[in-house]
Amino acid sequence: MDIHEYQAKKILSDFGVKIPTGGIVYSPENAENKAREIGGSKWVVKAQVHSGARGKAGGIIICNSPLEVADASDKLLGKKLITNQTGPEGKIINRIYIEEATDIKHELYLGLVFDRSSESIMVVASTEGGMSVEEISKEKPETIIRSKIEVAVGIQQFQAREIAFGLGIESKLISRAANTIIGCYKAFSELDATMVEVNPLVVSHQDEILALDCKMSFDNNAMFRRDEIAELRDKTQENSNEVYASDRGMNYVSLDGNIGNIINGAGLAMASMDMIKLAGGEPANFLDVGGGATPEKIVKAFKLISMDTKVKVILVNIFAGINRCDWVAEGIVQALSKIEIKHPLVIRLAGTNVEKGNEILKKSNINYIEASTLEDAANKAVKALG
Amino acid sequence: MSIIIHKNTKILVQGFTGKIGSFHAEEMIKYGSNVVGGVTPGKGGMTHLNLPVFNTVKEAVDQTGASTSILFVPPTFAADSAMEAADAGIKTCVAITDGIPSHDMVKIKRYMRRYPKDKKMGLVGPNCAGIISPGKSMLGIMPGHIYKEGKIGIVSRSGTLGYEAAQQLKDLEIGVSTSVGIGGDPINGSSFRDIIEKFENDDETIAVLMIGEIGGPQEVEAGKFAKENMSKPVIAYIAGLTAPKGRVMGHAGAIVSAYGESAIEKVELLKECGVTISKNPSVMGETVKKVLVENNLN
Repeated sequence: MDIHEYQAKKILSDFGVKIPTGGIVYSPENAENKAREIGGSKWVVKAQVHSGARGKAGGIIICNSPLEVADASDKLLGKKLITNQTGPEGKIINRIYIEEATDIKHELYLGLVFDRSSESIMVVASTEGGMSVEEISKEKPETIIRSKIEVAVGIQQFQAREIAFGLGIESKLISRAANTIIGCYKAFSELDATMVEVNPLVVSHQDEILALDCKMSFDNNAMFRRDEIAELRDKTQENSNEVYASDRGMNYVSLDGNIGNIINGAGLAMASMDMIKLAGGEPANFLDVGGGATPEKIVKAFKLISMDTKVKVILVNIFAGINRCDWVAEGIVQALSKIEIKHPLVIRLAGTNVEKGNEILKKSNINYIEASTLEDAANKAVKALG
Repeated sequence: MSIIIHKNTKILVQGFTGKIGSFHAEEMIKYGSNVVGGVTPGKGGMTHLNLPVFNTVKEAVDQTGASTSILFVPPTFAADSAMEAADAGIKTCVAITDGIPSHDMVKIKRYMRRYPKDKKMGLVGPNCAGIISPGKSMLGIMPGHIYKEGKIGIVSRSGTLGYEAAQQLKDLEIGVSTSVGIGGDPINGSSFRDIIEKFENDDETIAVLMIGEIGGPQEVEAGKFAKENMSKPVIAYIAGLTAPKGRVMGHAGAIVSAYGESAIEKVELLKECGVTISKNPSVMGETVKKVLVENNLN
């Protein structure tokens, strides 16, 4: 789960990371007042959307008066920001973060992630702040510092100091920088985060170490014990079909193609998408209804797919194990008696009682194309596009 | 021989009396697995499915001599149960539970390190289909009848894709020595490398089918291991050719976040390691058959 920059900043500041003074607003009028409240003579107006690269997309505006702050906020609020990460549909700007401008001396990069090889938490830092970590690894890999943290004891002062020295921070600021790194680590480990990124982390001309932009992601599997994080979710930043699916226990990712998929199991779903592509088609979505594929789940899945206007053909691919094909087939028949499907429908059942399952489908009055193998299903789905 | 579980392997079910635990325990017993009892804290002394229920894993191990456990405990308590199994002397624990937080998995793995190698538990999963040695024992939630007894080792992240492979092999009259589901989470108990090493050391297994997907370094690490240490052929399929970058595809671990984690990159890196690639998921069985013929193993 992703959160907004201002939410991440609040969390990190609770862990002792210093951030510029700022506040969140929802209207241009409030923006002007907020700027006066923050004080100073220069402000940064930042669109709060779940995406990086907001600056290049016009989502971050520097202002020299509270009136300019109001104008900038007016320009952004209610608009969709299209960045190189949001896709062409962009993301709606409902909140604006206003911050005092910082007098930057150096820009650094600081990130924390799980390292899947060593199964530890890894701190990644670089002197090349402001660039994305991918760009840094491509263009300035020699500047990257990596430090693996032993999770059982947590980050040690010396490790944080080593990173700080590695970043070339002046001696008098080392302990401040180390505390920033330790704060980020604590936020990561104590709140079930999967990613903390401070980019840039800056050293100001006033010798402050400040988190200028922050991103945090959290483990969806840990939300049962993180109410305070779960409530930070902003569904307006997610694809509405994806929200519908995740709220109903289905794994769904919206894609650009026109063949809608209903599949049980994440691996089989990815494999079916691959087969569609190899057959010359494009999947409209990834949808894993879960290993079980209960009739209730299948009804919900058909509802979800029929909400997607891109879809021209629907492909159902179920490998029934314990939940026999005859039971799954009944689920499909039941679903189709409740929802009208206007598009060609290809169904491939496999596994336990496959003959019985196909028999049930044939005897029902649903209009569908039967497929036997994965390949057959993909070919028939592509052909049905016409 | 098969790997990890054999005909007489004594099995405990953790989360025995719950709905899911009961259902799958029954399926395992029907298949012929040697389930000797279960653990549900607070229900010790009860009899369930004609088997004893214990309060603690330690007690269950003492009284039944079980060496293996399967975990159906909900994610909230799963880490605790896995560590309890490790401490009680269980040799292999298969965690079926889906939804264990990554921070908990890291904790479990650190905890397991406190035991010397000969006493250290092997964890398989979580979020997996489990293990089956066809005709001998089933320690999982798969439909047992789609697996024919034989000599191919299967190791898969995905449950249903593993079933698909077993069915394709069966249709070609090729059997399986053991099939292991390692699960779709980013941090898991056993890696592809851990399992293919076991297959390499197993007399019965003649070739290994590895079914991977996007995300993480494990498939490629296994490929490198195979290149340097394996005499048996390895065949692989990697799912997720069409998966967009940076998105989680159902499995928490199925996300491309670094170089070498996309399906195309993994396929290229595995080819360099001498692994035969099944070019699509429909021909996993055929590809295995071809490799067997080429190596005079059929």
